Amino acid sequence: MTVLRRALLALAVLTLVGAAALWHLNFNDGVDVSASAPPGTDAATVQRGAYLARVGNCLACHTARGGVAAAGGRAIATPFGTVYTSNLTPDADTGIGHWSAAAFWRALHHGRSADGRLLNPVFPYTHTTLLTRADSDALFAYFSSLPPQRQHVAAHELRWPYGTQAALAVWRALYFRPGGLAADAAASDSVKRGAYLVQGVAHCSACHARRDALGGADWRDLSGGPIPGLGWYAPSLVAPHEAGVGDWPDAEIARLLQSGASRLGVASGPMAEVVFQGTQYLTAADLADVAAYLKALPPHDAPRTALPAPPARTRLATAGEKLYGQKCAACHGEQGEGVPGAYPPLAGNRAVTLSHTQNLLQVMLHGGFGPATATRPRPFGMPPFILELNDAEIASVLSHIRTAWGNRAPEVSPLDVLQMRQASSTGLR
Amino acid sequence: MPWLDAWRAPVRLLVCGVLWLLGAAGAGAAPFQDDMAQRTLACIACHGEQGRAGPDGYYPRLAGKPAGYLYHQLINFRDGRRHYGLMTRMVDVLNDDYLMEIARHFAGLQAPYPPPAPPASPPPADVLARGRTLAQQGDAGRRLPACAQCHGQRLTGALPDVPGLLGLPQDYLMAQLGGWRTGQRRAHAPDCMASVVQRLSDRDAYAVVSWLALQPVPADASPAPERPARRADTIDLACGAPLTPRGRP
Repeated sequence: MTVLRRALLALAVLTLVGAAALWHLNFNDGVDVSASAPPGTDAATVQRGAYLARVGNCLACHTARGGVAAAGGRAIATPFGTVYTSNLTPDADTGIGHWSAAAFWRALHHGRSADGRLLNPVFPYTHTTLLTRADSDALFAYFSSLPPQRQHVAAHELRWPYGTQAALAVWRALYFRPGGLAADAAASDSVKRGAYLVQGVAHCSACHARRDALGGADWRDLSGGPIPGLGWYAPSLVAPHEAGVGDWPDAEIARLLQSGASRLGVASGPMAEVVFQGTQYLTAADLADVAAYLKALPPHDAPRTALPAPPARTRLATAGEKLYGQKCAACHGEQGEGVPGAYPPLAGNRAVTLSHTQNLLQVMLHGGFGPATATRPRPFGMPPFILELNDAEIASVLSHIRTAWGNRAPEVSPLDVLQMRQASSTGLR
Repeated sequence: MPWLDAWRAPVRLLVCGVLWLLGAAGAGAAPFQDDMAQRTLACIACHGEQGRAGPDGYYPRLAGKPAGYLYHQLINFRDGRRHYGLMTRMVDVLNDDYLMEIARHFAGLQAPYPPPAPPASPPPADVLARGRTLAQQGDAGRRLPACAQCHGQRLTGALPDVPGLLGLPQDYLMAQLGGWRTGQRRAHAPDCMASVVQRLSDRDAYAVVSWLALQPVPADASPAPERPARRADTIDLACGAPLTPRGRP
């Protein structure tokens, strides 16, 4: 036997072993999707499923703008192409009408479709894998109770090879393990329930974790990262200088998630949508549990990427002071103090001094309202400045608010403004 | 008599001082008030209190338009039947109740209209005559109803949800007709305006827009209490509308 033959044999064996391992990791879940009872129809189960769907914000993605709820078709932009969300109504041909409860569970827990295909992880089965079988069955009962809507959903438009089953199998081997919540014996029941809601149902780390080049992450990580495709930054929930809430009173955490605004911070951008569609419906008990879990997270002082504030304000920031007086002070106050209950303060505001400036630029350029919620039904609005001020003016105002009233953050350059303007230009059409 | 004038200097100073103080207070920002005007400052940044041109197009007036019409447009932007990214982002996380309240707020504002801006090149008289005919009588031969059939005899709109057509810039009007033709702008099905625009030729669109943009707005620009009765010689139009929270406006 020549050396070459041995090498070839070894390669073949390795390939076979690798393929077998991939098959085992991806397809050997042992769920029998054929044997299943029909979905539960008792009101309590359906209602429980409806609650989980709401606070898990399923419909935000599984509904097209202006479309029938849960009938899918919303385009989700990813770095790998566009994914279209599936129809979750019980239509037999285009929805989940022919699915069994076991098939639904396999999708949530193992990330496989009813026909056995590996699902694209834009569907956060990396998180829903933590859901209990009872909660999965409740969700299935809820979606099965909706009016069936016949709606074909477009095929994903992913660049090769990202949409292939082989690529998904490799990705899953790297980033996905089906399983339940890691048991933390020392944690209180409240913290455990909070962990279940944050890590599982509400899948917070889908945005609040830093994803790598392949879109993978450590799904228990909540240390913040840019949200792919949106131009917003999901701040760290463990860093005190970002959006960590370790020193917040429980009531303020609950207030933010329920109303969209607390005394210590407000939700804007994608988080405003999460509050509007999802967290505002959390029960008081679940809000308390989420707060308990978030406060129990070990504080994580991520290395500040921000440079120390320059010793003296440049001309950019000084020029911004005058513009601030003309355009911003009427609402945010001469000293950046804001108006309680209406306009957030800018002095000492972490959203203003965050080293990642994209959220600040988004708000300044596009404005927006806080979410209209049951406890805060008439939110106030911020005007857009994208048409009124040029890049240098916006940079100078933002540089001013990042360096005034004790704020010490690096200035914003006109180039930063230009880049955000161009990145979001499609949104203006 | 100098002693009679002696009081003048200190009083002058006092008057000047009071005026200065008043002026300083007036020049400052309006104090915070917990009302809808405060809440909708984000809207008038572009629309003004009467609507005004912006650098990338025309922002239509909001004041005094029928609440139902404004509400429909807010819903249409949120739900993707009208397309303007900046506007969609504004209303994305607002619910039907609040959008109706915003619509009612602007519907209740009365602000005078400025006289129509003279066009750079006045349209020919025959074009304006055709525009006037289309607006007031329609064209039965082309199955075109008159604008006035829905938008009111005075073209100032009709309650609850038909907008007025006067006091709008020509470019804005033309852009809306274009948007309806290409499907960029839509209303709830059945979309009556879309069906009219499909039958409108380019020449007729230009004619009616030219005529409309030149009409002064009457002193009382309030919308008619209801849509005018249908004339026997015009086609019937069914128009869709979304469900409104807690009944019609």
